[in-house]
Amino acid sequence: MAKMNMIQALNSALDNMLEKDPNVVSFGEDAGYFGGVFRVTAGLQEKYGLDRSFDAPINEAAIIAMAIGMGVKGMRPVAEIQFADYIFPGLDQIVSELSRIRYRTAGQFTTPVTIRTPCGGGIRGGQTHSMSPEAFFTQIPGVQVVMPSNPYDAKGLLISAIESDDPVIFFEPKRLYNGPFDGDPGKALETWGKHPKGEVPEEHYSLPIGKAEVVREGNDVSIITYGTLVHVALAAAEREGIDAEIIDLKTLVPYDIETIAKSVNKTGRCIVAQEAPRTSGFGAELAAQIQEECFYALETPIYRIAGWDTPYPHAHEWAYFPGLTRFTTAMREVLEA
Amino acid sequence: MTQSDPRFHVPAPHARPGDTPDFSHIEIPPAGEARKPAVDIDGSETRDLALGLVRVLDHNHQAVGEWDPKLDADVLREGLKHMVLTRVYDDRMLKLQRQGKMSFYMKSTGEEAVAVAAAMALDNTDMIFPSYRQQGILFARGRDIVDMMCHCISNSRDNLKGRQLPVHYTWAEGNFFSISGNLTTQFPQAVGYAMACQFKGEKQIAASWIGEGSSAEGDFHGALVLASTYKAPVILNVVNNQWAISTFQGVARGQGNTFAEKGLGYGLASLRIDGNDFLAVYAATQWAAERARAGHGATIIESFTYRADAHSTSDDPSGYRPKAEEEKWPLGDPVERLKQHLIGLGEWDEERHEALEKELNELVIASYKEAESHGTLHDGPLSPTHTIFEDVYVEPDWRLRRQRQDLGV
Ligand SMILES: Cc1ncc(C[n+]2csc(CCOP(=O)(O)OP(=O)(O)O)c2C)c(N)n1
Repeated sequence: MAKMNMIQALNSALDNMLEKDPNVVSFGEDAGYFGGVFRVTAGLQEKYGLDRSFDAPINEAAIIAMAIGMGVKGMRPVAEIQFADYIFPGLDQIVSELSRIRYRTAGQFTTPVTIRTPCGGGIRGGQTHSMSPEAFFTQIPGVQVVMPSNPYDAKGLLISAIESDDPVIFFEPKRLYNGPFDGDPGKALETWGKHPKGEVPEEHYSLPIGKAEVVREGNDVSIITYGTLVHVALAAAEREGIDAEIIDLKTLVPYDIETIAKSVNKTGRCIVAQEAPRTSGFGAELAAQIQEECFYALETPIYRIAGWDTPYPHAHEWAYFPGLTRFTTAMREVLEA
Repeated sequence: MTQSDPRFHVPAPHARPGDTPDFSHIEIPPAGEARKPAVDIDGSETRDLALGLVRVLDHNHQAVGEWDPKLDADVLREGLKHMVLTRVYDDRMLKLQRQGKMSFYMKSTGEEAVAVAAAMALDNTDMIFPSYRQQGILFARGRDIVDMMCHCISNSRDNLKGRQLPVHYTWAEGNFFSISGNLTTQFPQAVGYAMACQFKGEKQIAASWIGEGSSAEGDFHGALVLASTYKAPVILNVVNNQWAISTFQGVARGQGNTFAEKGLGYGLASLRIDGNDFLAVYAATQWAAERARAGHGATIIESFTYRADAHSTSDDPSGYRPKAEEEKWPLGDPVERLKQHLIGLGEWDEERHEALEKELNELVIASYKEAESHGTLHDGPLSPTHTIFEDVYVEPDWRLRRQRQDLGV
């Protein structure tokens, strides 16, 4: 075991996979020689060579299409999109191509592409470095969608993503790269050093895609979330002394309905939380499915915490980010209802 | 696994950290050599200009050749002033960012001529679709410095209400559209705007700027095909400052010779110019504007320059290029070159230059004091919080009204 932040854990996953499988390659804008603007691919070109980890031209559509072609030829490409906000020029390649190769060729061709991309706010990135666009991708049959919330999960899930024969969109909540974040921007930065999930094996291991984790057990309300907000939910429950059960989804497609339903059937109250805008967000899918599965156990309506239906503002970032106050308000309302 | 020769071609720059900066591979044709064709030339006949380098200022800082725009000394001094102001402003803003006064900053050091000379050669009514490194245009068009700073520190007087990252200016009165954080998206928009100018029978034209790295995007090719197909009155500028964050220009250029050359395939008038030569940038822009206004269509201009500082305050170039590479740039420094040109003409001297720098420094310092009196990002006041719900639509719908209530603002 070693102490790793999320960047190092992701780097370690790529390192293990480049070592283990000669068909794995990693590429993206500034991701080769320099090792990525967030340094996730640092040192890999030096270690594995120019054709295993390399710089790509600034063209997200071409980057994703190149990955598709390589995957069809039996490679396991890992493409980095520098910010999730910049994935959209490549959306057509994901929606119309990547996701459907298996289906439209009746399985004659497949392409096991992994697309890694940092997402989420809380870094004063303004509207073009803060988005959480995961819900768009959950609307695309044929791609899996993953978003870890800590270094240990990040490594195990990235390895599973690369090894998966289905394409994976792998979101990395960049606010968590260097430490957990409880939603209070005024506090000194925390590191992963003291966090149990900052303990990461250096060797290869994988965690199953599609499996959620109960990160805090409780009886009064279930909070279902993923990414950065897992830490905000935990902090809010601690601060309010509420007996909340908190579920870190980790995978959005396919999400772990069993773990969710078990929890909601126990607590009878449910909050779903996402950083993305509220309308048609992933929380809406969760709420719909949960009410189908757990209707008779529910004592109150399912409560949605989300970003506002606006672009991500720069100066008023903390008025946008669903922080501690919105969680504590939600818990009180749900428990008093 | 051991490293072996790459199995497909992966280009690499001539020098990396620890190496001696090396620009010996760059061919610099003599100033004054390029021909200046009539503005109605067929785009396909500009091959020599797309592969060459339009230069006016020679190594003695004298203006030579057909492209010399023969500007009055007053205009040259004005250009120098805007360039020095751009540099002084950038330096100051970087310091302030380091002191935590703003979240982010991007300098244009070394590229001042690209923005300032182009803005001066255009009409102030021409529409600008910039990238984030043409702040010089704002100075040339007389944008209030305090207003620029208020945007950068996101305070209560920020005309963008704190919604955009610093340096992502918008100035409608100055015909300065907006700066998108998403690369190249505005390049084809500029073409559409230019077509609308024609549609409305106006003499206004549009000009857009992107970096050479951004020219790899599909939108670059979209802009070129539109500009060519509809013969739009637009100037498409590619600022080749050699680096796209850590990625050298060869990754976007590929096996082509120049970025300007890419215009030839679309039949566009294509020029490659010395971007550190105020007179060359002025003359090329003037030529392209005249061509556009006369209905002869679009021009693509590659400004060959060097990004003399970091990509942004989030970047440290020592990780990917040799230290002090900028000092070895064979085309020198744009401010120094125009200054020496004016001195050579007997229209400027060291004392006046020093006095100008001092004056502009004081102006920038005083402007910041005033800007800060309207608040800062950290201590406020900012635009009122409820403004985050405005301008999403003409009127906020029930969702936004309810969300504003939820936030309690
Ligand atoms: C669509 C998109 N992809 C990626 C980025 C991230 N990014 C911002 S600036 C930049 C480099 C741009 O380089 P270049 O076009 O050469 O312009 P320069 O910064 O050198 O002026 C990158 C990759 C972005 N802003 N938008």
